[in-house]
Amino acid sequence: MYTQFATILIFLIIGVCMVPLILLVGKLLRPHNPDPKKLTTYECGEESVGSSWVQFNLRFYVIAILFLIFDVEVILMFPVGVTFRQWMTSQAGKGLLVFAEVALFIGILLIGFAYAWVKGDFEWIKTIRPQKKS
Amino acid sequence: MSLPEFLKDLFESWPLLGSIPLWLYSLACILGLLFLFLFPFAGIAVYLERKIAGDIQARIGPNVVGPYGILQWIADALKLLLKEDIIPAAADKKLFILSPMLIFLGGAAAYAVIPFAENVILANLNIGIFYLIAVTSMVALGLILGGWASNNKWSLLGGMRAAAQIVSFEIPVALCILTAVLVTGTLDMTQIIKNQSPYSWNIFHNPFMFIAACVYYIAALAEANRTPFDIPEADSELVSGYNTEYSGMRFAIFFLIEYAECFVICAVATTLFLGGWYLPFIDISGLALGLRIPIEAMVFMTKAVCLLFVMMWIRWTLPRYRVDQLMKLCWEVLVPFSFACLLGTAFWMALFKGKGIPELIYSLLGWGS
Repeated sequence: MYTQFATILIFLIIGVCMVPLILLVGKLLRPHNPDPKKLTTYECGEESVGSSWVQFNLRFYVIAILFLIFDVEVILMFPVGVTFRQWMTSQAGKGLLVFAEVALFIGILLIGFAYAWVKGDFEWIKTIRPQKKS
Repeated sequence: MSLPEFLKDLFESWPLLGSIPLWLYSLACILGLLFLFLFPFAGIAVYLERKIAGDIQARIGPNVVGPYGILQWIADALKLLLKEDIIPAAADKKLFILSPMLIFLGGAAAYAVIPFAENVILANLNIGIFYLIAVTSMVALGLILGGWASNNKWSLLGGMRAAAQIVSFEIPVALCILTAVLVTGTLDMTQIIKNQSPYSWNIFHNPFMFIAACVYYIAALAEANRTPFDIPEADSELVSGYNTEYSGMRFAIFFLIEYAECFVICAVATTLFLGGWYLPFIDISGLALGLRIPIEAMVFMTKAVCLLFVMMWIRWTLPRYRVDQLMKLCWEVLVPFSFACLLGTAFWMALFKGKGIPELIYSLLGWGS
């Protein structure tokens, strides 16, 4: 099995080297006429105003956190997914019990998902909701 | 068995080739895959895309270079190779250079675990599909880096949109892959295919698997930034999105990997849902290996290219989504559906002891599976 990972390692090394190699080949062929105008930032022909490294409204900040939770959940589910079939086919009668455990695990996550949905975290355009009078 | 090992076994008794170490076989296979398959295939996919676009829009498409314009992609590649390499003065030089490298690494490394035919797989990993999910997410990192490093407003917006989109759609994709893993019970790409048969493809295992296949395809389209989900590079609003400042060969790498990724998506869909290299209802496992491998590779490629054609067809038929519609589609439609598929498939497995609809029908009719 480790030979397979060695192949992957060789592949990754080649993958890292390939782009500089292609650019090197290109360097021998392509023209090189530097001009300060060429190196300006493209903004449809207008002079660009200021840097674009500004504080940026990360609308999807909550979505990024949700992604993290879901992705960890998927990773935790993969080992279950691999052994699930064996449980189903070998131990007669235990199938529904195992399914209930999986459903419970996903169910807890889905409660959080429903909460985020109701709270409106999936809205890209945030609406200002009328405040309820207390 | 993987391709390097298979070739080594094949040439074992030959006088010169027999003494070559295994890692040299691996190296040769990797270079062969890149130069004889990945680059030409991506090029021909671009040509096909333009030809299909022409057909759909009642135009001719490329027809000058070579017969029917089939050599157009070589001309394009040469033109891009001869373009001047420009790095904007305002850009973050290191990250700007790093971005195409990361994208190439993520896009190309996925090819290591694509099972073209029995024994024709570069690395037969026991965690194949898991590895594939891991390396393809490196592309997202490259896009964000490229968008940020360009120091261009279009690029920044494109990069940020790409980040939000790829991150969101990764979840339905991963859940649908997990659904297929539930049914097959392995992460090994070769084993996933071998657990299916000419008579029972995974997509027909149960109704939920069918939905999972559809959800996978839609979400994967969005993950590869294909129309109708190409908001990160929406030409009409963002010029070219994250690759606005890239030119020449660096741009070519972005372009190449986009098409390379499209094929990976189709190949994964074929492996997980459409029975991989199995013909429908025709069992060829009795044939000799030398005869079987070309047939299997052809069947696999046919299925994958058909899916690729649908991808292009969709691109030239549907208009683009809006950002908020896209997020809504992902979180309020695809994620709940993929969870339903996961739970539904798990329930089906528990209820019928892992048997799918075809197997149930065959056992009802009294045929051996």
